[in-house]
Amino acid sequence: MLEVNDLHVHLETPAGLVKAVDGVSFRLEAGQTIGIVGESGSGKSVLAHSLTKLNPEPPATYPKGEILFQGENILTMNKRRLRSMRGNEIAMIFQDPMSSLNPVFKIGKQLIEAIQTHQKLSKKEAQQKAIELLTDVGIPDPERRMQSYPHQFSGGMRQRVLIAIALAARPKLLIADEPTTALDVTIQAQIIELLKSIQQKYGTAIIMITHDLGVVANLADRILVMYAGKIVESASTADIFYKTAMPYTWSLLRSIPRLDAGASERLLHIEGQPPNLIDPPQGCNFHPRCPFARDACLQENPPLGERGPGHLAACVLSQPEFEKEKKGVLLS
Amino acid sequence: MMSKKRNLIALAIFLLIALGTITANLWLPLSPTAIDAEQRLLSPSAAHWFGTDDFGRDIFARVVVAARVSLAVGVIVAIVATVVGTLIGLISGYFRKTDFILMRIVDGFLAFPALLLALALVAALGGSITNIVIALTIAFFPVMSRVVRSAVLQINNAQYIEAAKTTGTNNFVILFRYVLPNVLSPIIVQSTFIFAKAILAEAALSFLGVGVNPSTPTWGNMLQESQIYITIAPWFSIFPGVAIVITVLSLNILGDGLRDAFDPHSMKRKKKKRKPKQTAPAA
Amino acid sequence: MTALLEIKDLHVHFPIKNGTFQKKTGKVKALNGIDLAVNKGEVLGIVGESGCGKSTLARSIVGLQKPTSGDILFNGEAYTDASAKEIYELRRNMQMVFQDPYTSLNPRMKVSDSIAAPLKAYKQTKNLESRVKELMELVGLNPDMHYNRLPHEFSGGQRQRIGIARAIALEPKLIVCDEPVSALDVSVQAQVINLFQDLQKKLNLTYVFIAHDLSVINHIADRVAVMYLGKVMEKSNRETFQAHAQHPYTNALLSAVPLPDPDKERTRERIVLKGELPSPANPPSGCVFHTRCPKATEFCKTNIPVPEERGVPGQEVACFYPVGEEEKVRITL
Repeated sequence: MLEVNDLHVHLETPAGLVKAVDGVSFRLEAGQTIGIVGESGSGKSVLAHSLTKLNPEPPATYPKGEILFQGENILTMNKRRLRSMRGNEIAMIFQDPMSSLNPVFKIGKQLIEAIQTHQKLSKKEAQQKAIELLTDVGIPDPERRMQSYPHQFSGGMRQRVLIAIALAARPKLLIADEPTTALDVTIQAQIIELLKSIQQKYGTAIIMITHDLGVVANLADRILVMYAGKIVESASTADIFYKTAMPYTWSLLRSIPRLDAGASERLLHIEGQPPNLIDPPQGCNFHPRCPFARDACLQENPPLGERGPGHLAACVLSQPEFEKEKKGVLLS
Repeated sequence: MMSKKRNLIALAIFLLIALGTITANLWLPLSPTAIDAEQRLLSPSAAHWFGTDDFGRDIFARVVVAARVSLAVGVIVAIVATVVGTLIGLISGYFRKTDFILMRIVDGFLAFPALLLALALVAALGGSITNIVIALTIAFFPVMSRVVRSAVLQINNAQYIEAAKTTGTNNFVILFRYVLPNVLSPIIVQSTFIFAKAILAEAALSFLGVGVNPSTPTWGNMLQESQIYITIAPWFSIFPGVAIVITVLSLNILGDGLRDAFDPHSMKRKKKKRKPKQTAPAA
Repeated sequence: MTALLEIKDLHVHFPIKNGTFQKKTGKVKALNGIDLAVNKGEVLGIVGESGCGKSTLARSIVGLQKPTSGDILFNGEAYTDASAKEIYELRRNMQMVFQDPYTSLNPRMKVSDSIAAPLKAYKQTKNLESRVKELMELVGLNPDMHYNRLPHEFSGGQRQRIGIARAIALEPKLIVCDEPVSALDVSVQAQVINLFQDLQKKLNLTYVFIAHDLSVINHIADRVAVMYLGKVMEKSNRETFQAHAQHPYTNALLSAVPLPDPDKERTRERIVLKGELPSPANPPSGCVFHTRCPKATEFCKTNIPVPEERGVPGQEVACFYPVGEEEKVRITL
């Protein structure tokens, strides 16, 4: 359904050219959920915005690559087609639900407007539809809540409203950019359950962008790990967690404190900070922080290589070599 | 880019005026005070660029020299009003218990139009440069203290202020090492505006005849003297007027430029903070 | 042995002011009767969702917030009504690390001056420069490279190290850490958590460690207090916190944390709490959690539970119907 081929997105900043997305390719089938995991600065958010060409231009430019949505290239689409595509077929929800809603209009009005821009419905029908949608996303007493303003809702409720707006046109693809980051953990659980149930009910494909490996472990079929504008590992969710093939993914998994772990275990320490994308390191982007780095890593940025069925990783180490090295690092 | 150029031009003009008047004695070809009855009210010519006044004195020389008084009054008022206003604003914003009383006093001053207040004070104190400076300071410090107070209120709850408190730093140090440096930009911007306003106010007071001693050349005095000749010798009024406009305009442009340069919400800095990926993350 | 820090029935209420004349129309009970104790050398983790009062608690402990009533004792001495001078003396032994490394440093001050600030405030200016350099090394900064830099030249993780250096400069006994890693990148979090643990051992520190992230608390805390709407719901220790949580709220929190493990995620049960956090200006009667609690009865609406031991030694739970082992949602497999 969605096919991204060798996508490059550059940002022109006063400090220099940032290669925010640097040769990313992936495919998404209908009804599938893909998780894109990365830290701030990894380019995951720019990638997500590129999928509907939402990055402000300037500073963003798309020098290379294509994004095929049901066979149409989004990057070369005319503005009218692009507008009808956004919201209709591809919908987005964002991290901060407050800034995505207009504070001076009632929730109901904003929702009805969203419905009417995509479907030719009378005011009454649209209102009926709005109530249905709010019920779908689990807002109690929707008739009354339609009369509320955004500030009268909590963060979790606002995110539900945004999901309702996103679902108004029954999109085929929902892009969620850190939708739970600003929320408390119990509310986050509610929203994740909601996204799951929506997917089951409508068969919507979801691209979930997050920094939290736990969130995608629960939700995604496939996971793409991004580092410094590149996909460094791409595999089924189980393979990412149990057959990790890229040192970055592996270190990240071992550096996060886990609720299900014994307390006194020391966390693995990833040295340094994510790289500066104006002046990225020579060779592999991760090598200055990598516990397995060797001379070969200085030479070139390794391409994604096959590690198993549907499992790609960008590392000079082969899987058996990596397995051997892992033991060494864990012991030391 | 455009506005940057504009700021530079404004700065150049202002520096030219300031340096020109300070060094006037070294380069002025004609004396600003030499009276010549034969040469009364001459129109501009190669000998008298701006013409002559009703005593035959060279208007160009007088406009240049008059800038001294205007700029001096402006600078002193700007400095004194800034210091007084900043102190009150800092105290009022930081020590919340003093806020109510200090701000009601300031509001009292603010209730009068600045020029009217200055006029009344000068009328009461008498028209010397010192008194004008005192009057204008009283007229302009309240705005400064309001500006500073609101800037302090904004950063009062910043974590670095709380952090300074928890490290045992005393209030005096917090006020001058933590609060003041972080509200400096609105202070500097506001003080350039006070500078400009003070020049205007001094001219207005002199024009009204309650300002600087009429024998001293100031732009306001010149305007006042030229009033009755405005139909027969318009240059007598025009050149001091233009001098005021150019000086005040260049100061206002400078103030605006400084405001843009200091504004923490300007696009460039905002991006740097919110989205480190768009610029270089610090090394 | 007396506890290093003791909090007794602490209340902090904020008035709600309305209208032109700022009339008090109500109050928010940010902290509503907190009892806690921290022993020397241990890490007390305080966890709760936004609005539970954990930050107000941190501010009260370091004296940035005057309590409405109740007592806070350091080394057995109450300082709730202490004078400015007494608070000054207290802070020699009690420092704080703040949440946001971007705003907790004076942007116009060199980092060496920020780190030196507490030393200057306590007139420990002998060998100031070498002491600051020593502190910078202790937290993993390079004194030669970083000494004269301004905060904006540093990344979030480095700034948090600067904040930590400032907090340990006076060699305090207790450090209150208010969400010190929540603003950091995932890969940088581990560095800072490890630094906290190393420093604790090296300098014999006691931490009150506040976080919303249960995984972080589970990793670092010796004892844990779970807060909800200005009250402590459950106090447990490291061994019992996640394995034997008895309060329905703690269990709901634990079950909501996403685990980076798809197999466990697939099989575990999730307690999804109904509804939203009630307003702290108008907290529910009886047990404050009853409006969202899956086990609440009529009894809970009128009676207020207090934390006490109910079945599990060393674990105090403020609930009339603690979750038993047999009905627990297991987290570990």
